[in-house]
Amino acid sequence: MKITLTLNRKRRTVDVSPLERLLDTLRGALGLTGTKEGCGEGECGACTVLLDGKPVNSCLVPTAQCSGAAITTIEGLAPRGKLHKLQRAFLECGGAQCGICTPGMILAASALPDRPTREQIRTGLAGNLCRCTGYEKIYDAVGVALGTKK
Amino acid sequence: MKCVGKNVLRAEGEDKVTGRAKYIDDLSFPGMIYGHTVRSSVARGRILSVARDPAFDWGGFTLVDHRAIPPGGRNIVAMIVEDQPFLAVDEVRHREEPILLIAHADPERLAEAVAHIEVHYAPEPAVLDLEHATTVLKELTISKGDLEQGFAQADRVVEGSYFTGAQEQLYIEPNGVIAVPGVDGKSITVYGSMQCPYYVQRALRLLLGLDETQVRVVQTTTGGGFGGKEEYPSILAGHAALLACAAGRPVKMVYDRLEDLVATTKRHPARIRHRTGVQRDGTLVAMEIEVDLDGGAYVTLSPVVLSRASIHATGPYRAPHVRVRGRVLQTNTPPTGAFRGFGAPQSQFGIELHMDRIAEELGIDPVALRQKNLYASGDVTATGQRLDGSVSAHEVLERALQRHVKKKRPKKKDGLLRGTGVATFFHGSGFTGGGEVKLASRAGIELTPRNVRLLVGSTEIGQGTRTMHAQIVADTLAIPYEWVETADPDTARVPDSGPTVASRTCMVVGRILQRAALDLQQALGPYRTPDEFRRRSRKLLAKRPALQFIAQYDRPGDIRWDDATYQGDAYGAYAWGCNIADVEVDPITYQARCTRLTAVIDIGKAIHPLLACGQIEGGSLQAVGWALYEEVVMRDGRMANGQLTNYIIPTTLDTPEILVELVENPYPHGPFGAKGVGECPVDGPAAAILNAIRQATGVRLNAIPATPEKIMQAMDAR
Repeated sequence: MKITLTLNRKRRTVDVSPLERLLDTLRGALGLTGTKEGCGEGECGACTVLLDGKPVNSCLVPTAQCSGAAITTIEGLAPRGKLHKLQRAFLECGGAQCGICTPGMILAASALPDRPTREQIRTGLAGNLCRCTGYEKIYDAVGVALGTKK
Repeated sequence: MKCVGKNVLRAEGEDKVTGRAKYIDDLSFPGMIYGHTVRSSVARGRILSVARDPAFDWGGFTLVDHRAIPPGGRNIVAMIVEDQPFLAVDEVRHREEPILLIAHADPERLAEAVAHIEVHYAPEPAVLDLEHATTVLKELTISKGDLEQGFAQADRVVEGSYFTGAQEQLYIEPNGVIAVPGVDGKSITVYGSMQCPYYVQRALRLLLGLDETQVRVVQTTTGGGFGGKEEYPSILAGHAALLACAAGRPVKMVYDRLEDLVATTKRHPARIRHRTGVQRDGTLVAMEIEVDLDGGAYVTLSPVVLSRASIHATGPYRAPHVRVRGRVLQTNTPPTGAFRGFGAPQSQFGIELHMDRIAEELGIDPVALRQKNLYASGDVTATGQRLDGSVSAHEVLERALQRHVKKKRPKKKDGLLRGTGVATFFHGSGFTGGGEVKLASRAGIELTPRNVRLLVGSTEIGQGTRTMHAQIVADTLAIPYEWVETADPDTARVPDSGPTVASRTCMVVGRILQRAALDLQQALGPYRTPDEFRRRSRKLLAKRPALQFIAQYDRPGDIRWDDATYQGDAYGAYAWGCNIADVEVDPITYQARCTRLTAVIDIGKAIHPLLACGQIEGGSLQAVGWALYEEVVMRDGRMANGQLTNYIIPTTLDTPEILVELVENPYPHGPFGAKGVGECPVDGPAAAILNAIRQATGVRLNAIPATPEKIMQAMDAR
């Protein structure tokens, strides 16, 4: 079936089987491999993308459900050649180690309110697993980017 | 301009935050097909037959069993002992043992086909846990002094047994490789997520009967390893290579999470027994220790894990009379393997719980008992190693006590039980004993007209290898960090720098790179500025495109080790650490939570403080998970909770506040004084947390993970 959606601010039409996962469509037909698969069951959050501005696990979303929706992946967070403030903060604060959770983590963080409290950051990122950092440097990065009060 | 000690930007960081970094599953080759492994469904037995459903259309499939191994190749995974096959021949020794490989261009057809293959077995009795295991795969003894004499001097003898469960490394990127056959039919290239490209190359050479020019292994961006990608990728690469050779096409094999959890290695479950002679004032006079590890069905790296576990079993404490007996026992479960800490977290969990038990029996404060017995410079370890310089056991404890300021109890009574626990520990950097001499690692520098390029087999797996190595070389050459780049770890391009394991990448390989840099400097002659460096480089290169300076490991002169007696300098240097943990236990749900964890660790020199803190925070949290949440539930020899839904690693909401303080007590043979950092943080938190639970609840748990069920049983049994 043909599905038309807005991917990183551009209209795209893809031909998918009815139950194809958004994750596979993004990584396959649409050629964007920045979205990662860590578990395939909605637990790790590595495949997080924004669906109409809200973070979702793209391994649990059928592409067929995304007709007319706006999808943002890590490739579309900042204009080409530029870093989003979260990307820059993750880079500067040590928020990315092995990097496999990073695209999903950054997209989840991008849906947080401005000037979030540490508790809001923790709650907002609770669906994204990181095995490298112990999360401390991720909190720091999000705090720096979004202007968390100390 | 100096960059050592500064937080320069992570070398490959921008590729990671933008999603541009290519991990193995992001790569594709023309004509590539997908591979899958058919695995044993019994824990032990003889294979009677492997049958393919004749009604199913097998067109387009490639199937491979042990008979596909070419003449000249061997069905043996190259490790310490030649006992493990790539593919079972007529027997299986554990659940999920690989039997048959199958490949197809369409992953969905591949999944369908697997259901049409049936393996029949004659099951045999299986040993499924440490408690029932009797076959010893490896045994060693470390002796110091005279144990009987020691116990004769003791006022009191304190005994205890301690248990730790298996733990999954849980890198977020599962294991995966792509094997690409050469057009000549006599060579192969394997790309993959891995820690040790040269381990994989060696395994493929033995499997396929090829030489080093015919096997090329390239590490791709790797989404975490923690030991889980030390030895296992050799097996996976072998499987993909066999399929690729048979199909004549590139083959991708990437495990899904379930397969990765049930089939690949875990941290060794351990049973630690202590019998300790102690004097009334708390002086330790005799330590008798037994360390038993569950090695699973094959030897793999277990003898080396046992070695590190046994050497660290005394903890950082002096005693005149010591005997440690270490054993690896065989069970019919998937082989256990490398996991950050490599045996030391298990054995130091034992001693750190035991120290609190001794303190309690003697009526001494646990901190005071530690202060009385902690190593100081000049003390001699159980292997007879005299500790000189860079010994910080007392300092890390003092600084942790200062840092971990008591928090005011909440005014409202919330009914939670609270406690605080302490653990002190040490961790040897680099390979044990004569390991580094045997490895004879090499690493080097390539001078190009544009910059300096590192040629090093050590892999970046998130810990910061590329950044930290570049800093070491930049400062040694007195040039900007940005002028140093790193070649991809590719066996066709970089020398064998030894495996990326054992907290050796900074201290040992960093030192080799530093020596290569000094060789380059000598060849250039004196220069005063980076621009002069560049001018001289261009002159030296003249018309050559590049010039290489390769250095080899050089044993610091004062290190000696005897493998036969297990005596000598077990490690060139030790990192020293202390954890203090605050714990809350809910008396209704029996859930324990670690709310604050202080980690003070002496790493010699922080080449990159931010990365070093990141290592300590991440390692600490893995240990919190091991202590409280991560339980590998085995049923009939197979992991029953092979999903992230019920194998629980800490999320943001489970994470304590982690307070890290670095101590820099330099090691003269490390680059800029650096020692190892990667593994040490995992050694202490579990014991500190259990000691805190004891204080909070009054019950003594002797096993982890301390799940609500275990805490409930212990509290109800009072």
